[in-house]
Amino acid sequence: MSGELAVSCTKVVKTYGTDDAKVMALRGVDLEVRKGELMMLVGPSGCGKTTLISVIAGILDHDEGSCKVYERDFQHMSGREKVRYRAENIGFVFQAYNLLPALTAAENVAVPLIINGMRRQEAVDRAADLLGKVGMKDKVNSLPVQLSGGQQQRVAIARALIHNPRLIVCDEPTSALDHETGHKVMELLKSVALGDNRALVIVTHDSRIFGFADRIAKMDDGHIVQVANSPDEMEH
Amino acid sequence: MYYTALKMLMGDKSKYLGIVMGLTFASFIMTQQPAIFVGLMARTFSFMTDLSQPDVWAMDPKVQYIDDIKPIQDTELYRVRGVEGVDWAMPLYKGLLKARLENGNFQTCNVIGLDDATLIGGPPIMLEGKLEDLRKSDAVIVDIEGAAGKLARTLPNGKRVALKTGDTLELNDKRAIVVGIARTTRTFQSQPVVYTTYTRAIKYAPRERKLLSFILVKAKPGEDLPALTKRITERTGLAAYTREQFQQVTMNYYLKYTGIPINFGTAVILGFIIGAAIAGQTFYNFTLDNLKQFGVLKAMGTTNGTLLKMILLQALTVGSIGYGLGVGAASFFGYMIRDSVLAFMLPWQLLVLSGVAVTLICIFAALISIRKVMKLEPAIVFKG
Repeated sequence: MSGELAVSCTKVVKTYGTDDAKVMALRGVDLEVRKGELMMLVGPSGCGKTTLISVIAGILDHDEGSCKVYERDFQHMSGREKVRYRAENIGFVFQAYNLLPALTAAENVAVPLIINGMRRQEAVDRAADLLGKVGMKDKVNSLPVQLSGGQQQRVAIARALIHNPRLIVCDEPTSALDHETGHKVMELLKSVALGDNRALVIVTHDSRIFGFADRIAKMDDGHIVQVANSPDEMEH
Repeated sequence: MYYTALKMLMGDKSKYLGIVMGLTFASFIMTQQPAIFVGLMARTFSFMTDLSQPDVWAMDPKVQYIDDIKPIQDTELYRVRGVEGVDWAMPLYKGLLKARLENGNFQTCNVIGLDDATLIGGPPIMLEGKLEDLRKSDAVIVDIEGAAGKLARTLPNGKRVALKTGDTLELNDKRAIVVGIARTTRTFQSQPVVYTTYTRAIKYAPRERKLLSFILVKAKPGEDLPALTKRITERTGLAAYTREQFQQVTMNYYLKYTGIPINFGTAVILGFIIGAAIAGQTFYNFTLDNLKQFGVLKAMGTTNGTLLKMILLQALTVGSIGYGLGVGAASFFGYMIRDSVLAFMLPWQLLVLSGVAVTLICIFAALISIRKVMKLEPAIVFKG
């Protein structure tokens, strides 16, 4: 892990709705994630975790403050630039996997490469290779419906990695999996996804995987209330 | 991404089939109903279609369509023959006369009287006998549809036997002997067609001072037909039309004074609306069901432009398939009824029109879906 910052959020504010229906999801969040770091965002439901990773991933605009990913602030990018930046630099892993059900495992993994302009066949070949590396060699041509939850999450991880992004955001990657499978998925994420120039931000409720984190940021009511270096340091 | 779009489209088979079926139905209705309409309209002037020789038809100026007979004096024929640019002009009698059948019933027939010398205006295809046989005493030629249908004899055992050469008819209490059976294009009124000579036809017809229905005119080679029709009108006071003009006049009458266009137009518009509703709704539902997938693609960096093209491709794909199936089904319908009394004509213009209509439905279906996807927040992907 280097000391350089992958993500730097300063006084980030995000509000949903207007007037009486106004809800302040982020109330001036400060957060730093270093290159090569696995940062976990934890906290009760509705505390703003998902909003924060949406802002970090550039799929949600914040209202105030600054949020830089590798020194680039999404607020200062045009819509097209933002989409391009996301396509090249961000990988996503979702709670419900969000694989395209009509595509095979390899085709799903190939999607980010195709979005970035690679020819389909070349992208699918590279996807098949990567699936081999995450232990899914024999499932390359399987549809998502033919895969178990753990296998689908492996495919989703491969999809998040295939285009070699610099930041991977994961939303509850283990919540739909049993303890053993969740553990394996986290081991896989930590082994293949982390690198010196890449950072991982994981939103989770699952305390069983806190041990995989380099640092844990605890959120409550739109604030980061604590950043701990291990689960043991966390206030209860 | 287009491959992904097509796989997304065909991945949900029930929805995919639903959209295709909706468009097939719309395409079928929007092709089949107008084809019947065009077939019916073509029948209004089919008698003219069968008469290919004359270039110009001259008649009483008050005639509104081919079956609207307003007889003129025989002497008008000689006046027309005297007009510059006329190669030849022949008389034609056309009238509805009652034929008495063997069982005592009466059947109205469309009696055509041809010029005695040249027999110009005769049936296009002779199935039995020869056109020249009309020169025999009391001779008539009957069309096959009439001979086998309304003029057929009923045997004591109830079996119907088609009229054949050698059989006799009574036309207005006068004997007529069938000397031939012809095939003619079915007319709008579907009456049996009986051909005979002009002289004999006016004997069959009730006594009137004027009996000449039309004057068939052949222009001299190289003659400008619209100019000739104008000249005939100026010199004789008769109405004169080229064949195409008279077909148009006849068709216009049916379009203006009958409910046929409204009836068929209603069916076509209903087909369009129902097709648009089914296809639009199903396609919109399909997009809603796939909204999260579009959100995932959007989050991963797919531009709105690419998503728009993906949805258009999906809509145009189902449109093309639905159009092909619908037009194919309409053509098959036309093929199956080719020997029946039903009218059906499928010109290329109709295929283009229904294609345009199906494309409009697809664009409509795509637009309502595109709007939803364009406004989609990619952050939806993080909602459980």
